[in-house]
Amino acid sequence: MNIVVLLKMVPDVVEELEIAPDSKSLDASSVRMILSERDDHALEEALLLKERYGGTVTALAVEAPDVDDALFTALAKGADRAIKILGTSVTTSATARLFSQILPTVAGPADLILTGVQAIDDLDGFMAPILSRLLGLPYLGVVTAVKVADRTAIVVREYAGGVRGEFEVPLPAVLGIQSAEQPPRYVPVAKVRAAMKSQKIEAISAPALAQPTVVEILQMTKPEVAGRAEILEGSSEEVAEKVCEILFARGLLQKR
Amino acid sequence: MTGNIWVLAEHWRGQISEITYELLVLGRELARDLGVGLQAVLLGHNAQSLGSTLGGADSVLYVDHPALAEPTPEAYAYALAHLLTERRPKGLLIPLTNLSMDVGALVEAPFVNACKDVRLVDGRLQARCVLYGGKIEAVVVPAGEPTIFGIVPGVRPAERVDRTPPIETVSVPLPEVLKVRWKSYVEPEAGDINITKQDVLVAVGRGIQDRENLTLAEELAAALGGAVCGSRPVIDQGWLPPSRQIGRSGVIVKPKLYIAAGISGAPEHVEGMKNSELIIAINTDPKAPIFNLAHYGIVADALEVLPALTAAIRAKQG
Repeated sequence: MNIVVLLKMVPDVVEELEIAPDSKSLDASSVRMILSERDDHALEEALLLKERYGGTVTALAVEAPDVDDALFTALAKGADRAIKILGTSVTTSATARLFSQILPTVAGPADLILTGVQAIDDLDGFMAPILSRLLGLPYLGVVTAVKVADRTAIVVREYAGGVRGEFEVPLPAVLGIQSAEQPPRYVPVAKVRAAMKSQKIEAISAPALAQPTVVEILQMTKPEVAGRAEILEGSSEEVAEKVCEILFARGLLQKR
Repeated sequence: MTGNIWVLAEHWRGQISEITYELLVLGRELARDLGVGLQAVLLGHNAQSLGSTLGGADSVLYVDHPALAEPTPEAYAYALAHLLTERRPKGLLIPLTNLSMDVGALVEAPFVNACKDVRLVDGRLQARCVLYGGKIEAVVVPAGEPTIFGIVPGVRPAERVDRTPPIETVSVPLPEVLKVRWKSYVEPEAGDINITKQDVLVAVGRGIQDRENLTLAEELAAALGGAVCGSRPVIDQGWLPPSRQIGRSGVIVKPKLYIAAGISGAPEHVEGMKNSELIIAINTDPKAPIFNLAHYGIVADALEVLPALTAAIRAKQG
């Protein structure tokens, strides 16, 4: 089974994000890029499926800061090929269009195309459903488990409150992964370094595609804070005392 | 008929979702400002009776088809695309929930994701979108119509209007065989405690760092007579079962006390706990969005504060 995983780099929101002087984009110098969390789950699910059914895993990503790290990590974890698309695509829908052009020629015939169900910078749609529409392939999102038998995938997707739904999806198909069946595997840095020495990232040029604006950003702001927590200061012990007072006052803690 | 505002009436297992009534309130504002009608779009099978609860809309467009009996995104998107092409509304509001989120993106129409508000400004619909885990907001305008707006939960207080709206049944030629076939529901494993019934919840997030550290939260929960729950990363790691997940994919809770330990406060999590009576947040990042919501904040490592708090409470209890 040939599985393609689409990876995307997104800003690490653990860092403070700054807005650029144009007030319409992020200040790139303030941003540290990391692999989108859901895409990490998509990669894990792809590797699990390869282990279960055999085949290959090809990881694809559009050029971005630190994308090589993510692609070498994918190789170190067990991906067979890593492909970097040179060029930029600014929006989610443009990236979907780019992948729809490249996938049929570059990655070979795929049985499953997996990617994260969403990313923190999705503004004009979600990649997986747009891609499925452009490729004319079946799609299911919010996926948490995949089994394959006879060119059909049995796919479990999540609703709310722990309820899930089971679907039959004919292959080839595009799936938006919410969570892999197990937490994304850890790979030691040494193994990633070894992959950097022994394996290659294939680089290909992006076809020139029109990137029509679907959603125009007028302004970016940091959210206005409606309310703000009263910050309790002091050592852990002092803070704990203050919390106890608050809980007493509210009747959430009783002296015995 | 063209130029109206539409709301996708989300329903699941025989009930209209609460968020539908929130979207109808927002839709009413937009329809009023635009001087157009507000229509609810109800897609389902033998679900016409649900339309009578959508009195917030001027009328209901109802599509009945066996393929719409269960929430299959492909079938929903097909029906919506057909209606959008035929009727040309100005905007369609869809709930950004696990159930409906991908329906909008499957339809070929400009899609605006993660809207926390939509307003009419200078004759154009303008949305405020939540990006980067709630750390940035973007004011945006879509490039074309009809526009689909994915609306996050809680955008307006839900309101039920006690009035039966006229229901127009629309026939949509859905394909005989759909590619994706719904099979069954998988119910959550029974046996775990019901966290929606707890007065006190100690919620842990990524900041808990390691499975072993869950003990610190369990001890505090035990001291307060509550239970431990978590945000998505903790569930993904398998440290807590899905029955303990708070937020969009999990459950919505309103306990008397919610202690958020090492939780940044991503929008998907906040949806599930924002109505808690008292929220105390512990996080090392002073700018974590959870502090915008919490009543009290502690800027510190949860791994240090949790045991100190447990010890202090135990000491008081004697």
